[in-house]
Amino acid sequence: MSVEVSAQTILGDFVLDASFKSDSRVTGIFGPSGSGKTSVMNVIAGLLRPARGRVVVDDVVLLDTEAGIFLPTHRRRIGYVFQESRLFPHLSVKGNLLYGRFFTPRPSRYASFDEVVSLLDLDALLTRGTYALSGGERQRVAIGRALLASPRLLLMDEPLSSLDEKRKEEVIPFLERLRDQARVPIVYVSHVFSEIDRLSGKVVRMSDGQVLDPL
Amino acid sequence: MNSWIAPVVFALTPEEWTAIELSLRVATVATAASLPIGILVALILARGRFFGRSLLNALVLVPLVLPPVVTGYVLLLAFGRQGPLGRWFAEHLGIVFGFRWTGAALACAVMGFPLMVRAIQLSIEAVDRKLEQAATTLGANRLWVLATVTLPLVTPGILAGAILAFARAMGEFGATITFVSNIPGETQTLPTLIYTFTQVPGGDAAALRLTIISLVISLAAVLASEAIAQRVSRRLEAA
Repeated sequence: MSVEVSAQTILGDFVLDASFKSDSRVTGIFGPSGSGKTSVMNVIAGLLRPARGRVVVDDVVLLDTEAGIFLPTHRRRIGYVFQESRLFPHLSVKGNLLYGRFFTPRPSRYASFDEVVSLLDLDALLTRGTYALSGGERQRVAIGRALLASPRLLLMDEPLSSLDEKRKEEVIPFLERLRDQARVPIVYVSHVFSEIDRLSGKVVRMSDGQVLDPL
Repeated sequence: MNSWIAPVVFALTPEEWTAIELSLRVATVATAASLPIGILVALILARGRFFGRSLLNALVLVPLVLPPVVTGYVLLLAFGRQGPLGRWFAEHLGIVFGFRWTGAALACAVMGFPLMVRAIQLSIEAVDRKLEQAATTLGANRLWVLATVTLPLVTPGILAGAILAFARAMGEFGATITFVSNIPGETQTLPTLIYTFTQVPGGDAAALRLTIISLVISLAAVLASEAIAQRVSRRLEAA
């Protein structure tokens, strides 16, 4: 499991110049809001195309501006759990979970529906509409949806920040289970150090668009 | 309610029934045929950033502000039997518009097009693009995102646009009568028949009957459209 990222780009009056390398199961990116954490995630996912940069996940080059490689988002197989779960409102929980599976090439599918459902304890939610879910449930479904697309790498961008304390405590055990049981490396972004500390092996600190020396 | 509707309906003459049936057929065909184009144009206007976008926008909207007679006359010049487009359609697709009910459908489609496109365009613009982004991270390319996320989310807008266009088609008069005239059984729709009745002595009762029917159909369409619009805004709030 390895992730290598470097990105240089200018976004308005914000300069992103960040690079890091990690072999950890979970890589935490920590920094105040506006430090460029989400931009780094978007570069990895292919949602943001940097002026210069390189993204390599498990020896697969997803982006290399010098070599002229830019794999579009839908072909990267990078799972992304957003801050606001972004569940599809027109699909049931089950429909959301199965959405990505259809697009994953058969040989690349490793995630099993039953395993993911039990890992995230989603059994009771499957037939529900997404509007009937609590914030914590929504994030669990969003994680399951990303996992079931069998991603090479799972990005989690402040997945707890929209939840109150009680809900956070409810979701964290699932994140720990995910870290210990899922067969996928994770990049976890947060501005709360305790979250990062609890989950991550390697920590990348960011400030003002740059990576500070690793802790 | 039946006590007053029943006499109105059963008193209809075959000529009036024909006009109602024709109006419904013209409006249905006009709506169904223009809907795919309407969705496409709405997508282009909502999402496209290209040179000439405002020109396309103006072109779509222009039947809304032109006198219907002018629209009808332009259609006659272009799609009439001697018109360049009319001849092309007749030769290559076997569709004749001039003085046929198909021409009435074309006129209605053109007149309803701005309303249809507007409704669909607004609902496309209301779609949360973050959902589409989420779909691409799950492996969907642009076409799949369109088919599995965008279009399902704008279905209420598409329905509302279709109903508006249908209602507009039911009421279309000026462009229709200019383009394809007022031929009983072929191009004589509800509004043109009402007009005919108002022009002959003793036609008042028939005109009134048809007016009531017209009112009921249009009212039902607008109510349906409003109900759908409300559902959309509720759904957007919930999301």
